[in-house]
Amino acid sequence: MGTFIPNTPQEQQEMLESIGLSSFEDLYTGIPSELIIDELGIEAGKSQLEVEKILDTIADKNTKFTSIFRGAGAYNHYIPPMARKVPQKESFLTSYTPYQSEVSQGVLQNIFEFQTMMANLMGMDISNASMYDGASALAEAAGMCYDKKRKKTLIASSAHPRYKSVLKTYAHAFGAEVEEIPALENGQVDQDALKAALEDEKVASFIVQQPNYFGVIEDARALGELMADHKAKYIMSVNPLMMSVLASPGECQADIAVGEGQVLGIPLSFGGPYLGFLTCKQNMLRHMPGRVVGQTKDMDNKRSFVLTLQTREQHIRREKATSNICTNQALCALTASVYLASMGPEGLKEAAEQSLAHAAYLKSELLKIEGFEEVHDAPHGYEFVLNGPIDAHELETKLADKGILSGLPLEGKQMLWCATEMNSKEDIDELVTQVQEIMEGR
Amino acid sequence: MELLFEKSVAGRRTHYLPELDVPEAKALSAQYLREEKLDLPELSEIDVDRHYSELERRTYGVNNGVYMLGSCTMKYNPQLNEITSGLPGFTQAHPLAPEAHVQGSLEVFAKLESLLCDITGMDEMTFQPAAGAHGELTGLMMIKAYHESRGETQRTKILIPNAAHGTNPASMAMVGYELLPIPVDEDGFIKVDELRKITDDTVAGLMLTNPNTEGQFEKNISEVSKIVHEAGGLNYYDGANLNAIMGIVQPGKMGFDVIHLNLHKTFSTPHGGGGPGACGVGVKDILKDFLPTPHVVERNGSFEWNTPEKSIGNIVAFHGNFLNLVRAMSYVLMLGRDGIKRSAQNAVLNANYLRYHLKDTYTMSHDEICMHEFVMSLKQLKAETGVSALDIAKGLLDYGVHPPTMYFPLTIPEALMVEPTETESRQTLDTIIKAFKELHDLSCSDPEKLHNAPYTTVVRRPDEVEAARNPILKYEKSNAVEE
Repeated sequence: MGTFIPNTPQEQQEMLESIGLSSFEDLYTGIPSELIIDELGIEAGKSQLEVEKILDTIADKNTKFTSIFRGAGAYNHYIPPMARKVPQKESFLTSYTPYQSEVSQGVLQNIFEFQTMMANLMGMDISNASMYDGASALAEAAGMCYDKKRKKTLIASSAHPRYKSVLKTYAHAFGAEVEEIPALENGQVDQDALKAALEDEKVASFIVQQPNYFGVIEDARALGELMADHKAKYIMSVNPLMMSVLASPGECQADIAVGEGQVLGIPLSFGGPYLGFLTCKQNMLRHMPGRVVGQTKDMDNKRSFVLTLQTREQHIRREKATSNICTNQALCALTASVYLASMGPEGLKEAAEQSLAHAAYLKSELLKIEGFEEVHDAPHGYEFVLNGPIDAHELETKLADKGILSGLPLEGKQMLWCATEMNSKEDIDELVTQVQEIMEGR
Repeated sequence: MELLFEKSVAGRRTHYLPELDVPEAKALSAQYLREEKLDLPELSEIDVDRHYSELERRTYGVNNGVYMLGSCTMKYNPQLNEITSGLPGFTQAHPLAPEAHVQGSLEVFAKLESLLCDITGMDEMTFQPAAGAHGELTGLMMIKAYHESRGETQRTKILIPNAAHGTNPASMAMVGYELLPIPVDEDGFIKVDELRKITDDTVAGLMLTNPNTEGQFEKNISEVSKIVHEAGGLNYYDGANLNAIMGIVQPGKMGFDVIHLNLHKTFSTPHGGGGPGACGVGVKDILKDFLPTPHVVERNGSFEWNTPEKSIGNIVAFHGNFLNLVRAMSYVLMLGRDGIKRSAQNAVLNANYLRYHLKDTYTMSHDEICMHEFVMSLKQLKAETGVSALDIAKGLLDYGVHPPTMYFPLTIPEALMVEPTETESRQTLDTIIKAFKELHDLSCSDPEKLHNAPYTTVVRRPDEVEAARNPILKYEKSNAVEE
C-alpha cells in the first residue's frame, strides 16, 4: 500500500513508452522466465498509520524498567539533549560515505574532530573513523599484529566473554591461536602467567580490558612495563568514559587502544548500533583498518578534509587486504563527538566520578544485607561482582517483576552489578529495600 | 570554518548532572590514575549547537536531493522509520535483559527474518553482522566452517569476477581463501564452459552479485550455480544489487546457498554519512547450523535466543545494529508484497529512462535494457576533449545533485555508474538528463571550465594527494590553517 515511488501510474506508463516499451515486463526480458516468481508470500502493504501502530505494540512488549543496574558492556548513561538531536539532522542521517568531499565537509570535519578527541582521550597518536563495535574492534586490533611468524593472541581471561568469543571467531578465520591469561584471586591479571606465556615467540599481542568484565581495575601501567620488554604488541580495550579518570592507554605504553563508544551518548538500543573505536601509535598507521580522514587544502587554499590513506584499504588492495571494513558507524561517531563536545573534559570526569560514587554506594548498601559478600578485593570501576544470598537468576526474576533490571547473573549466586550517574541514591535505596523484601519473603 | 578545538574557551561548559547525592568513591591510588591533561574542547551548549548546525549545512544527504551513486542504492529514507526506531521500548532495552522482558525486540528479529527470507527465497537469516562487508565475512566463515565440518580442507579457492567490489576479495582473504577469477566475456557475462573447466574440488565457493556490476542480469545463473554445486562448492550472493529484482526473482531460486542483504541499501535504512548499516545473512538449510550466535527462535509461543549447533560463534558483542532492523521492518511492512515488486520495477524503469535519454550523448557500457543501474564510459569523451569522469562528476555538483559512483567498476575506463532508484520522480530525472547534456556541451566548448569545477561548493577539489603524502589525522595547534 505505502510505497515511496513518486511517479503516478500514468507517468510510469508514459516513461515506459518514451523508451520504446509498453509494460514493466518488457524491462525483465533478460531474465530467464523459469526464474520469475508469481508473487511473494508476505502480506500486502500497510498504511503508515497501521505500521506505526504495529511497531508501537511490539515495542510495548519490552519491559520499561524503572531502574537499570546492569552493564556488562552496555551502559545506561545520561545523554545530553544535543547528542540526541544532532544525529537526527537530515543531512547527517541520510548522507552516504563522504566520497565527494566538496559536499561532505560536515561529515568529514566531524570525523576529523572525532579522531582528534578519541586520540586525545586515549593518549594515542591516531584514531580511525570508527569500527562496528567494541568486540569486533578488539578482534581487528589483534589482526593488526599478526605476521607470518606471530599468529597468537593472548587475552586476559577477565575480558568480556562476548569479546573473547568474537576474537576467537575472527582468529579462527585468520588461522591464528588465542590463549587466555588467568586472573589472580583479587580479579587482576596474573602477571607471572603472562610473563610465562610471552615466552612463546608466536605471540603477536596481549589484550587486557580496562576495567575488566568483572569491573576490576587492572594495573595497566604495570602490564605496560612488562610488555615493554617484549616484541608482542600491547592492546588495551577500554571504557572511554573511564579514561577521564584512569591512566590512559598512552600513559600505559599501549600500542593499540580499542573499545566500545556506546557510553559516549548512545542509547542502549538492545545492543546496537554502537560504536567501535580504534586508536594506535603512529608506527601502526599502515596496519590500521578502516577509514581515516585527513586535513588538506583545496584549490583556493582553504582548509578541507578528505578520506585519505586509502591504499591501505580493501577497495584498492582487494585480495591483498588484511581487513574488509568500509565506513561503518559514522553517525554513532557523530553522536560520540557531540557528547564529548557537550560534556567537555570536566563533564566527562563528572559523569565517570558520579558513576564510581553510585557504584560504591550501591555496593556498600548491598553488603549491609545478610548473605552479600565481595568477590574481588582489587579496586573496581562502576561495576563489581557480589556473591548473593540466593541464586542470581532467581534474584534477577524477582527484581524484574518489580520493574528493576538487576545486575547480570553470573555463575551460581554471583551477580555483576553496575551503577551510573543515572542511578540516584533514591533508586539505589529502593533497590536495596526490594532486595530485603525478597529475602524476607523467602 | 573553525574546529571545535578552535572554539574552545578554558572553563566554559554546560552542567547536565545534578549534585552528587552520595559520598564520593574512595580515591584510587596513583598508579591507576590519569596524569595527562584531558585535551577536549570546552564549550557552552550554544557553541555546540551552532557548530553542528554549520556542519549540517556542509553535508548533502539523500533527503536533501538526488544521490545517484551506482551500487549504493541511495533511496529515500522514510520518516516513519525514524519514529518507530526511536520508540523508547526499543531504545531503552538492555541487550542482556532477560528474554521474557525483551519479547518485543526478539519479535522484530523473528518477523524481519521471516519477511526477508520470503523475499529472497532463503530458509533462515541472521542479523548479527553490522554491515555488508561484515556480512560477507560472516558468510565466508560459514562456508569455511561447512567445508571443515566435512573434512574438505583442500577447498581454498573462491570464484569472484574481476569487476566485483573490493570487499569481496578482501573478505575472502580474511578467511584465508585464495582468489580464482571468474572468466567473463567482454560484456561482463560469465563464460560458462570456461568456468566448468576451472571449477574442481579445490573450490570452496563462488561470490556473485546478480544483476552484475554493470547492471546486467546474469542469465546463465542457474547453470553457473549448478557447476559450483556439482563440484562440491557453495554459492554466495552479494545482495548489493537486490533492489532491481526483489519480488521478481529470488537468489534462493538461482541456486545461492548464502546471501547477504544490505538493509541500508535495499530496505531504506539511512546511511548516516557512512554507517551504521545493517545486514541480514540468509542461508539455505544446509548452512543453518553454522549461523553466528545468538539467533532468535520461537518456542511455545515465545521468543528466545539460541546457539546453532555448529555456530561459527559471536561476530559482534551483542545482536547487530538492532534499531536499523526496526527501520527495515517498518519499510517492508509498508511496502508489502506489491510494493516490494513495484519498487524494483520502478528502480529499473528509472535507470532505463536515464540511460535511454543519455545514450545518444554518452557511451554506455551496454546498449541494451539495464537493471537498476548502468555504467557509462567517458573514455572517448576524455580522448576527444580532455574532460574526465571526475570532471563531469565535479560539474554535476554545481547542479546541486550528488554525482554517480566514479571509476567503478575498475574494468571499465572512465566509468560513471548511475543508480537513480525508484524514489526519484520523472521531473528529477529530467533535470539530471539536462545537466548531463549541458555538461557534455561544455566539455566540447570549454573543457578548461570543467577541469576547475565545482564553483559553488564550500571547498573545491581538496588536494587528496597532499593529504596522503603528509597525513594530518588530528587537530594540533601547529596544523591550524588561516582561512
